[in-house]
Amino acid sequence: MTDVAIVGIGIHPFGRHAGVSGRSQGAYAARQALRDAGVGWTDMQFAFGGSDAAGNADALVADLGLTGIEFVNVRNGCATGGSALAMADRAIRSGAYDIGMAIGFDKHPPGAFNASPADYGLADWYGEIGLMVTTQFFAIKIQRYLADHDLDKDVLSLVAAKAYRNGSINPNAWRRQPLTAEEIAASDMISYPLTKYMFCSPGEGGVALVLSRADIAHRYTDRPVYLRATALRSRLYGTFEVFSPSLAVERTDGPTVLAARAAFEAAGVEPGDVDVAQIQDTEAGAEIMHMAETGLCAHGEQAKLVEAGETEIGGSLPINTDGGCIANGEPIGASGLRQVYENVLQLRGDAGPRQVPSDPRVAFTHVYGAPGISACTVLTR
Amino acid sequence: MSHQRLVGEEVLAMERDGPRLVGSRCRSCGAVTFPRQASCPRCTGENVDDHRLARTGRLWGFTVQGFPPKDPYLAAAAPFRPFGVGYVDLDAEILVESRLVADDWRQLRIGMPLELVIIPFHDDHSGEQVSTFAFAPTDEAAEDAVA
Repeated sequence: MTDVAIVGIGIHPFGRHAGVSGRSQGAYAARQALRDAGVGWTDMQFAFGGSDAAGNADALVADLGLTGIEFVNVRNGCATGGSALAMADRAIRSGAYDIGMAIGFDKHPPGAFNASPADYGLADWYGEIGLMVTTQFFAIKIQRYLADHDLDKDVLSLVAAKAYRNGSINPNAWRRQPLTAEEIAASDMISYPLTKYMFCSPGEGGVALVLSRADIAHRYTDRPVYLRATALRSRLYGTFEVFSPSLAVERTDGPTVLAARAAFEAAGVEPGDVDVAQIQDTEAGAEIMHMAETGLCAHGEQAKLVEAGETEIGGSLPINTDGGCIANGEPIGASGLRQVYENVLQLRGDAGPRQVPSDPRVAFTHVYGAPGISACTVLTR
Repeated sequence: MSHQRLVGEEVLAMERDGPRLVGSRCRSCGAVTFPRQASCPRCTGENVDDHRLARTGRLWGFTVQGFPPKDPYLAAAAPFRPFGVGYVDLDAEILVESRLVADDWRQLRIGMPLELVIIPFHDDHSGEQVSTFAFAPTDEAAEDAVA
């Protein structure tokens, strides 16, 4: 098996872009990634692409060129971007291809995601009585988690404030206005204990990555970033996931724990070796829980780390340095790839005002979402 | 009583002492699921029986829905009042997600005793009253709150 490198990256700014289709945001990101690698679309041997709400990703070939490329659409809930990358990684790692693209874009309507019960195998009554609401799940999960680990809900406002602070120095972020912890705590209570500004919003954006065999990466870049491992897991019996009319009494590790562990093992890296991490922050509580579920810290240790500033850009465990989902919004197809884009910038030393100052060498990404799915990567330079 | 609709009727059984939720129980491993399903998510077995869940339980985790859910929520267009949502531990067999009879988080705490009730939650434009199941604090819980 060959190793895999990321040799080109491209992004269309996240946010709201009236009159710009999701697909054209994807095409913009693709062209940027190709330029970054010094190649053309005709050099791409394959692509895995995903979009949840902006049409089939392979419609992009009409924009980028009808080259006969093997283009596979990926549709895998909140892990769509992470899944496209995992499949692209395997395509090269298997020896079948030398170079190709992972791409994701999206354009969701404003407001909370509005899922249909039938799409999740649920009966109509579940939605009719008001339970088909993702924010309820996140709120109940963090409410119970804070109680189990004796954490105060004040830490949620601190996490969100960091997201907006980092977003304010990220030109591609959607939310670029810093907010104080006090403003966040005082915003509308969406679903106790989570307030309005603790949540990310569905949004728009596109990200593309050009991947190649590691042994030929220097043809395309003098600063390759190596994709050491990707892992993707779904839920086990006994985990606590969104849209669950019931839960087993016995609790089992969730897909995040499984995917993170598998990624670290495959990469031969310990969570303690991570210099910078981008983890799923659908809302502030998710960042808290995922810090521990990914193995980056112990359960219950989060408040101490956050309060001490250790998860800030200049801290010992910088998390969501680009502002995460909270500041960037969540275009499902692109979200997991945005995390990798940010980590590549950090490992290249190209993150500008939000560059982690400790000369980072090991980076980690994690997405999590409906219907109980997680994708993780480990990157090194 | 003719202008009434009970949403979730298919997961409820009306008994003399009150409503019960109906799930299923695996003959092989004993795992209880809700709503009922034809196979076991725990052991993958295909022999399951209907199983009536306990009418009372304890609150495992909760929130309060603070904005009107969109369609298909039947009261999406009606004036909105926050409502509790949580998981209720029924006899250590299963945690069931349910609306809670509460409109403020201060009325809720982990471990509080709850009982299954039928509540109206919407009057639709034709005057039909729409009800569903919910868990409400028991008298014991109310006494605790006062104390």
